[in-house]
Amino acid sequence: MSILIDKNTKVICQGFTGAQGTFHSEQAIEYGTQMVGGVTPGKGGQTHLGLPVFNTVAEAYAATQADATVIYVPAPFCKDSILEAAESGIKLIVCITEGIPTLDMLVAKERCDQLGVRLIGPNCPGVITPGECKIGIMPGHIHLPGKVGIVSRSGTLTYEAVKQTTDYGFGQSSCVGIGGDPIPGSNFIDILAMFQADPKTEAIVMIGEIGGTAEEEAAAYIKANVTKPVVAYIAGVTAPPGKRMGHAGAIISGGKGTADDKFAALQDAGVKTVRSLAEIGTGLKELTGW
Amino acid sequence: MNLHEYQAKQLFAEYGLPVSTGIAVDNGPDAKAAAEKIGGDKWVVKAQVHAGGRGKAGGVRLVDSPAEAQSFAEEWLGKNLVTYQTDANGQPVSKILVESCTDIAQELYLGAVVDRATRRIVFMASTEGGVEIEKVAEETPEKILKAIIDPMTGAQPFQGRDLAFRLGLNSDQVKQFTKLFLGLAKLFEDFDLALLEINPLVITDQGNLHCLDGKINIDSNAMYRQPKLKEMHDPTQEDAREAHAAEWELNYVALDGNIGCMVNGAGLAMGTMDIVQLHGGSPANFLDVGGGATKERVTEAFKIILSDTNVKAVLVNIFGGIVRCDLIAEGIIGAVHEVGVEVPVVVRLEGNNAELGRQVLSDSGLNIIAATSLTDAAEKVVAAAGGAQ
Repeated sequence: MSILIDKNTKVICQGFTGAQGTFHSEQAIEYGTQMVGGVTPGKGGQTHLGLPVFNTVAEAYAATQADATVIYVPAPFCKDSILEAAESGIKLIVCITEGIPTLDMLVAKERCDQLGVRLIGPNCPGVITPGECKIGIMPGHIHLPGKVGIVSRSGTLTYEAVKQTTDYGFGQSSCVGIGGDPIPGSNFIDILAMFQADPKTEAIVMIGEIGGTAEEEAAAYIKANVTKPVVAYIAGVTAPPGKRMGHAGAIISGGKGTADDKFAALQDAGVKTVRSLAEIGTGLKELTGW
Repeated sequence: MNLHEYQAKQLFAEYGLPVSTGIAVDNGPDAKAAAEKIGGDKWVVKAQVHAGGRGKAGGVRLVDSPAEAQSFAEEWLGKNLVTYQTDANGQPVSKILVESCTDIAQELYLGAVVDRATRRIVFMASTEGGVEIEKVAEETPEKILKAIIDPMTGAQPFQGRDLAFRLGLNSDQVKQFTKLFLGLAKLFEDFDLALLEINPLVITDQGNLHCLDGKINIDSNAMYRQPKLKEMHDPTQEDAREAHAAEWELNYVALDGNIGCMVNGAGLAMGTMDIVQLHGGSPANFLDVGGGATKERVTEAFKIILSDTNVKAVLVNIFGGIVRCDLIAEGIIGAVHEVGVEVPVVVRLEGNNAELGRQVLSDSGLNIIAATSLTDAAEKVVAAAGGAQ
């Protein structure tokens, strides 16, 4: 078991023939991901990386019955790409692209929810179940099949946590980058619920950062629903509060969102927090007794 | 990106929303001429900076003559205005807004943001307008009225009416408020706003609604499709080094410490600053070189970091996911040669080709301190900068 994806997951790529789509699809195929085709409007009927290219996601889905799609198209076109994928029947969309306008995401996320489609990202490294399936831009070689579920808002911080859990020999069940944007397709709670239900995941690492209240909401969820051991790190203790414009941001967040607020909320939920990002692996070892 | 008040009001006016007659000027004689052109016997003159709290800081004044408008402009233009929302240096004043004076019977608050928690644009209104609004939100949250906009249907008139009735407005004001609410909602979507605020939204002596201030913040991801707003960009309101870094697609924020940091990834950059501080050091900056770190960008990043004369040591922390560490190492060597780095540089390379990268650095013969781990890197750079504080 794992979450979201495994060795049976069939994957297509939107933006397949572009530079990013080509490079990362090659890497995914090399890792063992079951890539079954890709979409580039106007290039339907061609073959790319030995796989069929389709004009539309609906055509690709009809021909391949893909379980997931990964999006590498440029930010101005991502809302359209996400909506096209969501309407096609595919149930998992992983959007890697960064820089998508927030108002585009409000609509894309809402429509995915209406259609019961799981969206991961945008602005994220993707999802990996080590040794089985890699969807995204993370370096496959630092991963090790194992028992820790990792969920993170930051790409490179995820890699740090992965490396430490690999170095200790714990390995990872699945790793999910939910992305750093204000409106993510999936949040911590969505992924924590999956890890809690996944028999292969024995402990969870959660990596957050300043801004918003997703970590505080996750802490409340953990307190009520998660029985597995959780280690958390929050980046941004030293980040300055920043120049402000007006009051609306502070009113809506209720003044919450600092790293200290998040650490406090997580500790209150029984989560082991580490103040140094170099101590994620050590923290996990202490907490689980492995 | 932020807009100035005079720019926000220009947009309000284009959307048919009630604002004062006003003229933005950049010198004293023009301020006098503006007051004469607007007419009347009282004017409000307002220093234009990207921050709130201007009134309390002396950046807003009620004047009785065009000559006074001129002297206010001459007093502030070219100076920095420090408010509780700016940093200690304040923001430079390069424009003054001269406006006709409005008689105020009551001050309301109206704002809108993209709320992460509900994933909706949320409008907030209150009868308690003015600078104490955050205190109101904290102590009496029931006085902050909200309207949540469905992204599929957009703002609806009934939501404006609902807010207006709950604010206790009379029937004519309810009509005015609903028009204002719908206009602002359209403006929010048309211009990809992240934040919109009118504080105060006033009721005049004649009982009409009037936008006395305007704050607008735009989603930076959407600037590519907002050519009109791009033209309104005022680079003087931003840190010069930060703006220069942005031209190289480097995300840089200056801080007060003495340890320069160069990192790939925003999260890791924050995490690196945190670990430096945890080991007794003080970071001089946040700098994310991004995923596609090239030799040119690494060189430019070094230049920007070292332009801060407080920097006593530099920590380079790269986790090579896709980018190869040996290429980064060559970039660092090239930069050290080109820029002439005189402070100690501690480098931690991890991930793709990290071993080869470390080899390249040690073969270079340069004074680069290689770190074996993140903790080791933090300890070494703190020591190199003169020890823990």
